[in-house]
Parts: sequence; structure tokens; C-alpha cells
Amino acid sequence: MSFWQFVLQNHAEIAELTLEHIWLVGISILLAVAIGIPLGILITRWPVANRPVLGTANVIQTIPSLALFGFLLPAPWIGARADRLAILALTLYALLPLIRNTYAGIRAVDPAVVEAGRGMGLTDRQLLFQVELPLALSVIIAGVRVATVMLVGLATIAAAIGAGGLGEYIFRGLAMVNNSVILAGAIPAAALALFADFSLGWLQRRLAPHVA
Amino acid sequence: MSPGSDDRPVIEFHQVSYRVNGKADILENLSLQINLGETLVLLGRSGSGKTTTLKLINALLSPTAGEIRVDHRPIREWDIIRLRRMIGYVIQEVGLFPHFTIERNIGLVPRIENWPPDRIRARVRELLNLVGLDPQTAVRYPHELSGGQRQRVGVARALAADPPILLMDEPFGALDPLTRAELQREFLNLQSTLKKTVVFVTHDLHEALLLGTRIALMEAGQLVTVQPRDEFLNSQEPLVVEYKNAFDTNPNHKRERA
Repeated sequence: MSFWQFVLQNHAEIAELTLEHIWLVGISILLAVAIGIPLGILITRWPVANRPVLGTANVIQTIPSLALFGFLLPAPWIGARADRLAILALTLYALLPLIRNTYAGIRAVDPAVVEAGRGMGLTDRQLLFQVELPLALSVIIAGVRVATVMLVGLATIAAAIGAGGLGEYIFRGLAMVNNSVILAGAIPAAALALFADFSLGWLQRRLAPHVA
Repeated sequence: MSPGSDDRPVIEFHQVSYRVNGKADILENLSLQINLGETLVLLGRSGSGKTTTLKLINALLSPTAGEIRVDHRPIREWDIIRLRRMIGYVIQEVGLFPHFTIERNIGLVPRIENWPPDRIRARVRELLNLVGLDPQTAVRYPHELSGGQRQRVGVARALAADPPILLMDEPFGALDPLTRAELQREFLNLQSTLKKTVVFVTHDLHEALLLGTRIALMEAGQLVTVQPRDEFLNSQEPLVVEYKNAFDTNPNHKRERA
């Protein structure tokens, strides 16, 4: 059976797995943003936490993904459902680029601008939300972009623990030694990654601050 | 305005020291009083402690010993945010917010002080006019302006909420000589009507003599002398003489020109 025949016969299932894939990645990125950006801000304010936080995120990222799924399996509630497990693992992987870029983006704000703001009587909060975060935003979005593209690829492995997504086809195709089936998973996944890369790249450029 | 006529202290340093752990004192036992409406120039070479002295006033730094009072109240009793909002702050690098228009830059303190929008807009227009900028500058961004224009905006921003005190840290130091002379002249004009209490940091003797009503010479974290401008000019204090020799001109006629 050729690739196109397979796609035509299974378009409904491909669409479903694609949506599943987007859902896995989307939820994980949202969680990682909700955790990673505050952590990134925290370590600009509290430098002692810098090394442990970045170090931990770094170590997590070096764990092979299949192994990480395995390690998380015994976790209560999380381990009970494959999709929860996959989302947790993907979230952990996405943390490093988010924490690191938030930290780097805020640190890269011109010290003269921060000093002027502080000297004018901005509170810490006002300085953060009106000056530092807006100026760091494009660097933070760059982190989201890197994390998203990475997760689209990683999420295919989630199928190994039964969490669904386009990895289903890849593993099924591998087992059947059928390239058409592998491609039916790999091509939509690659397209998703490219789309995420392109659209977040566009957003990143749009949000870049005006600099002389 | 003669410098001795009004000796109401607005800012007082009482035996203030500042040191970063372990290292030698950046500022040692400084006692100094800055009076209402005067322009006190802190003069000295790089690393003499001028900028540190300035940052102690708006609490960007805290003294390791001694006490600083603003309006007769020790700084540690002030709400730091309130204190800073009544002190205009102008720095050499200007530090305009690159993502804000000029209007938002100038209107920032009024905005966080919850002024009504039309009052802010009117105030921004008034300030642009005061510092000699076209009202159309309001809608532009900092990167679209020249260095001189940017520093004008920096001064306007510092004056926005009409603070009684103005701290200026080498505000004209990065400008070309012509633009610098222009801004110095305008500063004198402004100050003759606004009568703020100004502390002005510079390493340039000409600038000090041109703008200051009193001049405080600093060296290696210590105050060498503080004198009214004319007395400073005739001072035989060795370091003052050395400074004057280094600049090697008679700056008297410069002041007259201005």
C-alpha cells in the first residue's frame, strides 16, 4: 500500500492523532510557561536559587526521554493515565529553555534603563511588568519556540507508553516494517514543528523591542 | 541667587560611609549639607565617590554608617518609593524606556501617580516645550532621537511630577561639545526659573564652574572641600589648584558668556 493510499484510507484517524499530538504538546507548553517563566523571574531576584534551579532543569533534560517516562510511571495519579504521564514528562523537558530564556532576557535589559526606572520610584512590580518583562518578551518567546519545536518531536515517543499522538503511526510502522505508516506519523509531526517554528518566530520578531 | 542667602538644608549627610564588604571605603565619613534651591556640584575624578554620594540620596544605595536626611527626615524613615518620586534622577546613559514613546517615557511617574490622562498629556506638552523639543516628538520612540534630544527627554522625564530635588549624574557627559554647551545653557535658564535643589555630578571643572552655586571637590571617597563657586575659583587648596591646573584655562569669561 502506497503512502497516499494509506493517507486517503486513514485520514480521519490521522486527523485525530494530530489533534491528540497538538493537545499533548499544547498542554505541556502551557504548564511549562506557567512554571518556567515565574522560576526564571525568581532567579533574577534571588540569585542563590540560580544554580540549583538551572542545574535541575539541565539534569532533567539530559535524562533520555524513554527512561523519564519509565521513571514517572510509579507516580500516583500521574502514573494512572498515559496522557498525564506524557504531559508531565514533556512539561519537565520544556522547562529549561523557558527558565533560561526568561532569566537571560531579563538580565539583558539595559542596566541604565533599570536604574532609571528604580530611581524614578517604580516599585519592583512596576519595574518587572512595565519594563523588564516587555523588554525581555521576545527572548522569552524564543524560549517558547525552542521548547515547542522540541516537544513536537519528543511527543512522538509518548506513544511508546500509550499516550497517543502521531507517534502511534511511527511505532506501528516500525513494527510492521511499513514506511508508509511511519511517514503518516512523521510527516504531520514535521509539519507541526515547522508551523510552530514559523508562527512563534514571527511573533518573536513582532515583539522585539525597538532598539537603536 | 547668592548661595549663602538661603541655608535651609534639604539634604544632609552626617558622617556617612559606604563600603562594599571587605574592600576599602568607597565613601568615608562624609558630612555635607545641600540647601534649598542651590545647585551643588560634586566634582572629582572617576572613582572619587561622586556617583555613590548621589545614589545614597535616592536610596539606590544604603550607607554602611552614618545618616542621611531629606527634608529633615532620616532616609530610613522614608517610604523609599515616595522619596524617589519626589527626586528627579538624570543619568549619563539617560535610560529611556526603549519600548515606550517619548510621551509615555515623560509621563511615566505622573501615570503611576494616577494623574488623569488629559493632565498628563498637557504636562508632557509643557515639558517638551520647556526642554526645547518639538511637540511632535511625543509620538516617537527613543531610538529615533539624537543623543542630545534623548537627554532633553531624560531631563523632561525627571521633571515630570515637579520634584523639588533633582539629581544629575554627568547628564551631559556623553554629548558632543556643541550640544553639551547648548544643554548647559538651557539648564541654567531652567534652573533660574524652577529653583530646584540640584545635586550635579561631573568631572569637568568648566561645567562645575558654569552650573554650580557651590562646588564640592571629592577625592578617593572623601570630601576635600566645599565652597561657593567664586571662592572655589580662588581657593589655594592644593587639590583644587591641581584640578584648575589640569584644566589650564580661566573659566571666568565662560560663565559670563552663558
